[in-house]
Amino acid sequence: MKFQILRFDPDVDQKPYFKEYDIALEPSDRMLLDALIRIKSIDDTLALRRSCREGVCGSDAMNINGKNGLACITKVSELKEPVVLKPLPGLPIIRDLIVDMTQFFQQYHSITPFVINNEPAPEKERLQSPQERLELDGLYECILCACCSTSCPSFWWNPDKFVGPAGLLAAYRFIADTRDHATNERLDNLEDPYRLFRCHTIMNCVDVCPKGLNPSLAIGKIKEMMLKRAV
Amino acid sequence: MASASSLPVRKFDAVVVGAGGSGLRAALQLSSAGLKVAVLSKVFPTRSHTVAAQGGVGASLGNMGEDNWHWHMYDTVKGSDWLGDQDAIEFMCKAAPEAVIELEHFGMPFDRNDNGTIYQRPFGGHSQNFGEKPVQRSCCAADRTGHAMLHTLYQRNVFANTQFFVEWMALDLIRDAAGDVVGVTALEMETGDVMIFHAKATLFATGGAGRIYASSTNAFINTGDGLGMAARAGIPLEDMEFWQFHPTGVAGAGVLITEGVRGEGGILLNRDGERFMERYAPTMKDLASRDVVSRAMATEIKEGRGAGPNRDYILLKLDHLGPDVINKRLPGIREIALKFGNVDCTKEPIPVVPTCHYQMGGIPTNYLAEVVVPKDGNPSVIVPGFYAAGECGCASIHGANRLGTNSLTDLLVMGKSAGDSMIKFIRENNTHKPLPADAGAISLARIAALDATTGGESVHAVGDAMRQTMQAHCGVFRFPDMLEEGVTKIKEVAERAKQLEIKDKSKVFNTARIEALELQNLIEVAVATMVSAEARKETRGAHDRADFHNRPGYVNGRDDQNWLKHTLWYKDGNKLDYKPVNLTPLTVESFAPKARTY
Amino acid sequence: MVNKQPVGAHYGWKDWMIQRVTAVIMVAFSVLILGFFLVYGRVEFGDWKQLFQNQLVRILALLFFLSVYYHAWIGVRDVLMDYIKPLAVRLSLQVAVCLFLIVCSIWTVSILWGN
Ligand SMILES: Cc1cc2nc3c(=O)[nH]c(=O)nc-3n(C[C@H](O)[C@H](O)[C@H](O)COP(=O)(O)OP(=O)(O)OC[C@H]3O[C@@H](n4cnc5c(N)ncnc54)[C@H](O)[C@@H]3O)c2cc1C
Ligand code: SF4
Ligand code: SF4
Ligand code: FES
Repeated sequence: MKFQILRFDPDVDQKPYFKEYDIALEPSDRMLLDALIRIKSIDDTLALRRSCREGVCGSDAMNINGKNGLACITKVSELKEPVVLKPLPGLPIIRDLIVDMTQFFQQYHSITPFVINNEPAPEKERLQSPQERLELDGLYECILCACCSTSCPSFWWNPDKFVGPAGLLAAYRFIADTRDHATNERLDNLEDPYRLFRCHTIMNCVDVCPKGLNPSLAIGKIKEMMLKRAV
Repeated sequence: MASASSLPVRKFDAVVVGAGGSGLRAALQLSSAGLKVAVLSKVFPTRSHTVAAQGGVGASLGNMGEDNWHWHMYDTVKGSDWLGDQDAIEFMCKAAPEAVIELEHFGMPFDRNDNGTIYQRPFGGHSQNFGEKPVQRSCCAADRTGHAMLHTLYQRNVFANTQFFVEWMALDLIRDAAGDVVGVTALEMETGDVMIFHAKATLFATGGAGRIYASSTNAFINTGDGLGMAARAGIPLEDMEFWQFHPTGVAGAGVLITEGVRGEGGILLNRDGERFMERYAPTMKDLASRDVVSRAMATEIKEGRGAGPNRDYILLKLDHLGPDVINKRLPGIREIALKFGNVDCTKEPIPVVPTCHYQMGGIPTNYLAEVVVPKDGNPSVIVPGFYAAGECGCASIHGANRLGTNSLTDLLVMGKSAGDSMIKFIRENNTHKPLPADAGAISLARIAALDATTGGESVHAVGDAMRQTMQAHCGVFRFPDMLEEGVTKIKEVAERAKQLEIKDKSKVFNTARIEALELQNLIEVAVATMVSAEARKETRGAHDRADFHNRPGYVNGRDDQNWLKHTLWYKDGNKLDYKPVNLTPLTVESFAPKARTY
Repeated sequence: MVNKQPVGAHYGWKDWMIQRVTAVIMVAFSVLILGFFLVYGRVEFGDWKQLFQNQLVRILALLFFLSVYYHAWIGVRDVLMDYIKPLAVRLSLQVAVCLFLIVCSIWTVSILWGN
């Protein structure tokens, strides 16, 4: 199978270049990650992140034939040859398929990603009805892979100021939690021309999320809450 | 390359190696106490393998029916095939409800009952009233409990301002002349720089080493680094022959299908469509303890009743639960079955096989997570400044076989316990012990050797040889001749691992180098496993020796007279030592060994 | 300058809302004019002039143009925020755009009511 992989090692290379691989896959190499590991067994200089190999850790997000996704849950049989692999767009490349995720995590951290509740904790669990808990579905499952934010044009232009779909999804995860009491502060934190409102509903994020989440919907709900608060 | 004495040094009150569930829980305790703590992780914290845990965390909340910690304790002791230390087991089971409630207060998105309490599902080996009937004890967030828990703990650490060193790989433990632990050396992956983390107290929470087997539910990063580092520093490894084979890994892929599937009502079928677990475990059936189910499945396959063209797998049927239950309680499983098993589990059964899953052994500790080693006739002398928790530690709560959901409980309880012990130790010993002059020398030598070696073997080839050897010689069923041969073979592989050659010489994010360093840790674990397994002449829990099945005088193949003891393996000369099992709980009466039926 | 990212300019929400509202006004007025064309078929200059004798139509038209300008202002400002990073350059450009739009507004008024 033929691959074109963007390679860059700042130690030796002036600028990134494509390297071609043509390798024979084994029948057990079903996912793109298996194929990459096969390549790595031949050329150990290829650098990529990976861990769980089942789509739950968010390590191996990359740009696969032009679309962001996780290598470990992308079937090779469904890919067009040559398979063109690039690091996630919009973030600085550290090496080969590894990008610097600092800005991505900074945005995540900027939305105070923890439940805030200053009431004294009860002896037992804080109660929550199944319906209230249902509100968190589609939000808490995010694996912070950055597929969405790095496919969002608004994030490309302003990674330092626009929170991005992943961060906003997380923001809404806490707003939607009945146990969190900081909704107003959270809305204040996003009430800014960049942080939330740079989302122009381009929907790339929804299209690429490997967990089938819908950041755009969450963003819409935050805007709705702002409306509710304002009128 | 810098010389050892010129390595940069950073000082912290506490260093935590590992940001999985146990590391994060400990870090939270330490940060909240206002200590200066550094948490090192090979990957961004939420990418640690705890994220993959599916089924739930065990605690006797009693939300679904009557339950109490004493029953939980009994199940755990029995599950451990009496090899678990009963003080540690009592400690964990008693602390579990509080630990889970705390997690809920941190924001964990648990599933809920109509009355607003945490939903609990049945799980293998958990019972009411000392084995009478199954109980619902597993607190869960759909089938993403580990994910929800790891993210919640990370979020809480963000709240507590914990300092993380992400993509830093610890290389070696630093011990001074007295044997006290004073920190670790670590490699910053992005730059290739090595630094010394000088600490008053050091915790290993590096997780499991399931990657010693060819077929494993574990992530690539589960390479037993903590065990390798400890072994190289002269610390023995405890009970390494005990590896849990999870009954339901997706055939061919190894990806896990949670026991929660059977908790929700899924059943195992052989090629004849027979629910064979009824024969092996009349009471608990498909929810018997994991070693029992895996053994039954392996027996079915061995006796030609496996499904599929090669009769080499078992069918996990859950379509009768209906799409609603599956989508609500097991959405992740549906995804995995579709992606890795190529089946829609709302319509067809999933092909599964027993797959290496969890390491019961590890770095020997007591229930306070303090590392203990034999010294001058005392089997458990504390190594000052050194702690271990989570899957890499061996308290020993899980003995010869862990119950499902008890690992996540272990992470919470032992992680917190480690944090508390370290706080106490740091308050009492509030100065840094000096670093030995040659601190870091071993690490630098290891890296230099990798850079210099030419004409050696590739990490891939040697790794493969190790995984195949372990799989073939030390699997679900173990045979005396295969084990003996295995010991010779794995030692050969270990020799080959001394001559690894990497082509990548870059300083920047050199993953080839990292994989080589990981293999050096894995191989220690593999040797420890094979040597310990060969030596233990009985069947106990997950250590199933075919030559002891149905042997007269042996209860379930167990030899309590001679083998109710923990193994200790030393790297130096592959020496084995043993220490007694603690059968005395903290407050309640001991559970004496007896036959194990489910 | 310190490398901090202050947040909470507190006009994000308002601007976003105004952008929607102005968009609605623009569409509404366009529909109205389109309707006028459809009803009257061929429109002569006279009809046109007569229509704009009506005060209400004048006000609506003014509303329309102001909406266009404000809408444009937010859009252009966003573009400038994205592409022009030096503060001084961006500020001058923004002032220029702002002045231009104000001039446009005045001009619009004078056209509508100036006969
Ligand atoms: C698929 C799967 C499902 C499971 N489901 C359940 C379940 O439902 N219930 C249950 O109770 N248990 C379950 N388990 C078991 C449980 O998840 C693990 O035992 C547990 O998560 C281990 O946690 P830990 O904190 O010890 O380590 P991990 O979560 O594995 O974390 C290890 C950490 O150490 C770091 N690390 C390792 N080496 C180094 C180094 N050299 N330098 C720096 N950092 C290092 C890693 O980066 C990582 O942060 C499951 C396991 C698997 C594989
Ligand atoms: S919908 Fe918003 S967040 Fe998603 S890609 Fe588009 S602009 Fe970005
Ligand atoms: S929302 Fe989806 S794509 Fe974005 S980070 Fe989370 S899991 Fe990845
Ligand atoms: S390796 Fe974990 S998401 Fe792909």
